[in-house]
Amino acid sequence: MTGPTVSELDVLIGNKWKKPSLIKSDWLRWGLTLGALIYLVLAINSVEVSWSRVYEGLDRGAKFVKAFLNPDFTTRATDIREGMIESIIMTIAASVVGIAISIPIGLGAARNIAPLPVYLVCRSIIAVSRALQEIIVAILLVAIFGFGPLAGFLTLSFATIGFLSKLLAEEIESMDKVQAEAVKATGSRWSQWINYGVQPQVIPRLIGLSIYRVDINFRESAILGLVGAGGIGATLNTAFDRYEYDTAAAILLIIIVIVMVLEYLSGVIRARVQ
Amino acid sequence: MVTHTQPDGSLKWTRRTTGERMVRWFGWLVGVAVFVYAWNTISQATTWFFVWDAPRIAGDIFGRATPPRWSYIDKLWGPIWDTLNIATLGTIISLFLAVPVAFLAARNTTPSKMFIRPIALLIIVSTRSINSLIWALLLIAIIGPGVFAGIVAIAIRSIGFCAKLLYEAIEEINETQVEAITATGGSRWQVMVYGIVPQILPAFAGIAVFRWDINIRESTVLGLVGAGGIGLQLSASLNVLAWPQVTLILLVILVAVVIGEWVSAKVRGAII
Repeated sequence: MTGPTVSELDVLIGNKWKKPSLIKSDWLRWGLTLGALIYLVLAINSVEVSWSRVYEGLDRGAKFVKAFLNPDFTTRATDIREGMIESIIMTIAASVVGIAISIPIGLGAARNIAPLPVYLVCRSIIAVSRALQEIIVAILLVAIFGFGPLAGFLTLSFATIGFLSKLLAEEIESMDKVQAEAVKATGSRWSQWINYGVQPQVIPRLIGLSIYRVDINFRESAILGLVGAGGIGATLNTAFDRYEYDTAAAILLIIIVIVMVLEYLSGVIRARVQ
Repeated sequence: MVTHTQPDGSLKWTRRTTGERMVRWFGWLVGVAVFVYAWNTISQATTWFFVWDAPRIAGDIFGRATPPRWSYIDKLWGPIWDTLNIATLGTIISLFLAVPVAFLAARNTTPSKMFIRPIALLIIVSTRSINSLIWALLLIAIIGPGVFAGIVAIAIRSIGFCAKLLYEAIEEINETQVEAITATGGSRWQVMVYGIVPQILPAFAGIAVFRWDINIRESTVLGLVGAGGIGLQLSASLNVLAWPQVTLILLVILVAVVIGEWVSAKVRGAII
């Protein structure tokens, strides 16, 4: 006796099984696809690419790749070292100050522990800080405070506040109420309640986020120099302008290595605190 | 946690032993010293006269910058469209590049943990650690200024971010589904399409929208180095000190960022 063929099985079982798609409604799916296609055609047509220029540039691209394989750390060693130290110093100072300021703002932006007026004020500080990119803040601060690392330091501190306070506030809002209530039930003051009921629950996450933010601050500090706010960016920009790709490659490699080290450290520390 | 006997015979509880407290105290000391050193260095590199003068300068700039020059908006529609294109096309290209990298980097799908995975991880780290403005600088030197350089800069910069989140999602998939497909005799590709992809598709869509939101922010400033978009107008206005135009551009950027965030939040809310 032979078994039924595939088509006979289909008839027996009913409709053929199809993979369910991500968007359930057919109408919405086709509408979105059509809209996306129209947009893509319009967008791609509006981008002017001068292929001859790209072709010419390939040469320089190849040179840059070669420079990456053979970076020059020595010719501009002093500039690189000074820029790097300035970047690192800005990162450290801005992270410390930014984290210190974002803790009270984060507390104030958590709806379950802050009264409404405080909540609104803190949330608007966070919104402003998150909406403005670092580089724009840096331009304004350079215009106000003059060139130098102070503008970069202030920029990074300001950006840290938006990032860290928001995530800290969300962590506090999703904390376990039972523990906090237990501490409150012992008759604690507000400061004791925060210190023993809330802080132990959020501190591992706060440490993890802080280290992540140090990492981001360092990466951002590399571009602040483009607008005169101190750090390695100025050296990097000069290297690009003078087509010294080997020096630029050396700087980029140093940045990559430092970011990798920071990421490794943050992994180790996060594994320890959690 | 230890208890100490007090002089009066009662026990006192402390959280840490004396040794632990010493180590912590020393750690704080080093930390404070580093911070003070950092602050001193910054302070030495600062012209403090400018800082004391800052409130006046800030007031002066604010006075010049308000009210925004609303009529300038006519010249901004083109750059706004360019900015949107840089962000969107850049994100799309980066996703095409990030998916293979993510599959090569995930422990459970990589063909070789010894050779290919480290390379994929290196791509992720190096694209992620260099800011899009630096990529733009580099690409402008190579392919010339314009929107195209911006798109490529955003695309390269986003690879690392998307691939990292995606490979973490791939590593967290439910292995029983993969096993079930393998048990039906599915080939490697079939296991991929029916066992792995459906599990990571929501994460993928979320990552794509999330990155698009970030790219909207980043593409607004790419013009500062000449890579097209509204940043070009910003830099031109800054160079001629046309503060009312700067204010208007900043407002437009602010609106764009808020809309981008709103769209991304809506879409992610719908997916998850």
